[in-house]
Amino acid sequence: MTFRRTLFIAALLGSTALAAQGQTLRIGLESDPDALDPDRGRTFVGRIVFTALCDKLIDVTPDLELIPQLATEWTVSEDGKTVDMMLREGVVFHDGTAFDGEAVKANIERSQTLDSSMRKSEISTIEEVEVVDTHHVRLKLSAPDAPLLAQLADRAGMMISPASFDGDVSANPVCSGPFKFVSRVAQDRIELEKFEDYWNADEILLDGVSYLPIPDSTVRLANLQSGDLDLINRLAATDVETVKASDDLTYERADGLGYQGITFNTQNGPKADNPFGNDPRLRKALSLAIDRAAINQVVFAGMAAPASQSASAVSPYFDEAYPVPERDIEQAKALLAEAGYADGITLDMQFPNRPENQQVVQMIQAMAAEAGIQINLVAKEFATMLSDQAAGDFQASQVGWSGRIDPDGNILGFVSTDGGFNDGKYSNEEVDRLLAEARAVSDMEERKALYHQANQILMEELPLFYLYNEAWLYGVSGDVEGFSPSPDGMIRLEGVSLTE
Amino acid sequence: MLSYIARRLLVSIPTLILVSIFVFALQQLLPGDPVLALAGEDRDPETLERLRELYHLNDPIWMQYLRWIGGVLQGDFGQSIRTGLPVSEMIASKLPVTIQLAVMSMIFAAAIGIPAGIISAVKKGTMTDYVANIVALSGLSLPNFWLGIMLILLVSVRWQLLPASGYVPLTEDPLQSIRTMLMPAFVLGTALAASLMRHTRSSMLGVLRQDYIRTARAKGLGERTVVMHHAFRNALTPVVTLAALLFGELIAGAVLTEQIFTIPGFGKMVVDAVFNRDYAVVQGVVLVTAMGFILMNLVADAAYVMLNPRLKVS
Repeated sequence: MTFRRTLFIAALLGSTALAAQGQTLRIGLESDPDALDPDRGRTFVGRIVFTALCDKLIDVTPDLELIPQLATEWTVSEDGKTVDMMLREGVVFHDGTAFDGEAVKANIERSQTLDSSMRKSEISTIEEVEVVDTHHVRLKLSAPDAPLLAQLADRAGMMISPASFDGDVSANPVCSGPFKFVSRVAQDRIELEKFEDYWNADEILLDGVSYLPIPDSTVRLANLQSGDLDLINRLAATDVETVKASDDLTYERADGLGYQGITFNTQNGPKADNPFGNDPRLRKALSLAIDRAAINQVVFAGMAAPASQSASAVSPYFDEAYPVPERDIEQAKALLAEAGYADGITLDMQFPNRPENQQVVQMIQAMAAEAGIQINLVAKEFATMLSDQAAGDFQASQVGWSGRIDPDGNILGFVSTDGGFNDGKYSNEEVDRLLAEARAVSDMEERKALYHQANQILMEELPLFYLYNEAWLYGVSGDVEGFSPSPDGMIRLEGVSLTE
Repeated sequence: MLSYIARRLLVSIPTLILVSIFVFALQQLLPGDPVLALAGEDRDPETLERLRELYHLNDPIWMQYLRWIGGVLQGDFGQSIRTGLPVSEMIASKLPVTIQLAVMSMIFAAAIGIPAGIISAVKKGTMTDYVANIVALSGLSLPNFWLGIMLILLVSVRWQLLPASGYVPLTEDPLQSIRTMLMPAFVLGTALAASLMRHTRSSMLGVLRQDYIRTARAKGLGERTVVMHHAFRNALTPVVTLAALLFGELIAGAVLTEQIFTIPGFGKMVVDAVFNRDYAVVQGVVLVTAMGFILMNLVADAAYVMLNPRLKVS
């Protein structure tokens, strides 16, 4: 009896999911994507799923260069107001309909007119899409828009089958990417399978891919270790050693474009009227009191990258004139004294109640105290913090940004007078002018010069300063071959295969 | 009995209305704007305003409430701001998962808690009693998330016996479905088992002191018959009530367990919804949970009556 029972339990447990999964790659994500409609989606993890599901007009290389995807070549006119795009031939959507100029026109118009579209502002300069012929479109712009091409290398440039517009796109997205949508169980999994008619099908070695949202990083790692997942996103920096120590796992890393920093309320309501909001010298003193390298070592096991500016060091727009500031307590104290606070000063700082952010701000609190700055830390749940920030209910906020490939996306919204994310309401006419001009110029060297000029002002006034650039860390099963991470944090599956 | 149940159900309607108003009002007090939470990075003021209009968030609260409750009465719980999916559909897809988890946890809890309670009552004051009490206390005090992660590390990572997370519907592959649920059900069940054990024990102790038990023993009946046949049946009544009420608690306790084992049930859905200020989802889930509570209370009362026929008279 006992033996039989043992046998039964063994059989029950033994029929595990270790059975072959075919060539389906199982990826653990840190959260559940939102709407799977490129026009409505807004989450970072959603973009990861789109990378397999939906091709874009333009793609981006690990060096952040724009390269062809559905558009094979493009030219921008002298005055910057016309963009001619040649489209790839022989491309079909997952429903079998052909991709052509009309489809591009329909997609851009949908992004601009759909009620719940999140893409409107990204492509607002496109006035008209002219279909010159089947595989040639001409975008007519209201004003020169240098960042537009980068937008078309993201969700705004993703193409869905116009035949599917009438259906529920979020529930059943029909794109033209390497994998097609099979099913989704909210908060559980998203299943995609290889699209046999993909234009670049030879590069796709997997039969399918499953995305499983697992918020807890320890649990995500445990799933990788137990063989229930093949690849995990956002490996915790403190777990890198565990992964390295395992014979079955490898870890991959890429410098990211996103940053974390501290934003000051300079002009948003009554709370802006505080010493730090009024006097840039104090902001600079705080910045100088912080040892960014130490934060990176302690909190991120050296895996992140200390930051000094909105462009990360991997970006061609990085400004060499502003390297990561060294900690300088004496100068910080001198600045405090100069501003009239030789005896010390206090600052209220809010931060999102997540473990990493908490560790970071606690280190800042300790380091600032040495310079004579007492920081009162206020932990807030993220949505609450954003809301308080927008309302001006803060002195300083430890907040970040996921990063964009074009420099415009990392700076304009945060410091220009009408910027959507300018919660401190910083305003400087010269900065506005320089950033607007940088938007309108397409020559890279000219743009660089303009951003660097803006940097000179911003580094003096410091309406916000930067702490570190996040790195993308992945835990990868030894069975996965061909995976290489990108600075934009996307998981590209071309050339990726499973050995078992 | 039937008229009693019908009357009770009728009485529960005002309760549900109160719950719905309460939830709706509380949500408005939550800091954070659903549209801001939804927009996240795309915090373009124009987009935000457009979305507020789209989701009627600029209307007065009472108007929003009436619109919502009007829909609910027609079976329409509204739309999730985040995923765009109908809330009723989301609830319908999560309900079987949560019920399966609750039932399996209850089986664990009862299988461990009730026998342990009986044994410790019968062996009162002995080593067995002390051990059972210590075990029960540990079960109550071990945090679910800790036990969950430990189990994952041991059972899934080290021994590779059970999947670390995920969920397979019962209808798709019953065996695999039960296997994925074993660990989470066990974690949830342990805390409940401790409650059940302690209640069974005290209830049994009360019954064992009764005169009729002494009479039964005096008649020369075997100890086994006395305990199981005479005492246990009577001691069971309060335990059943407790079990039914614990069932409600189980739904609440599932929140953390579902997060750890990434089981797509009610708990996980409501946590995500609160963080995203996805009001319609929170309201829908709370309302359905309240209905569940009321139903379980009713079941408890009915079971009470069935177990103790004397109550039928009243």
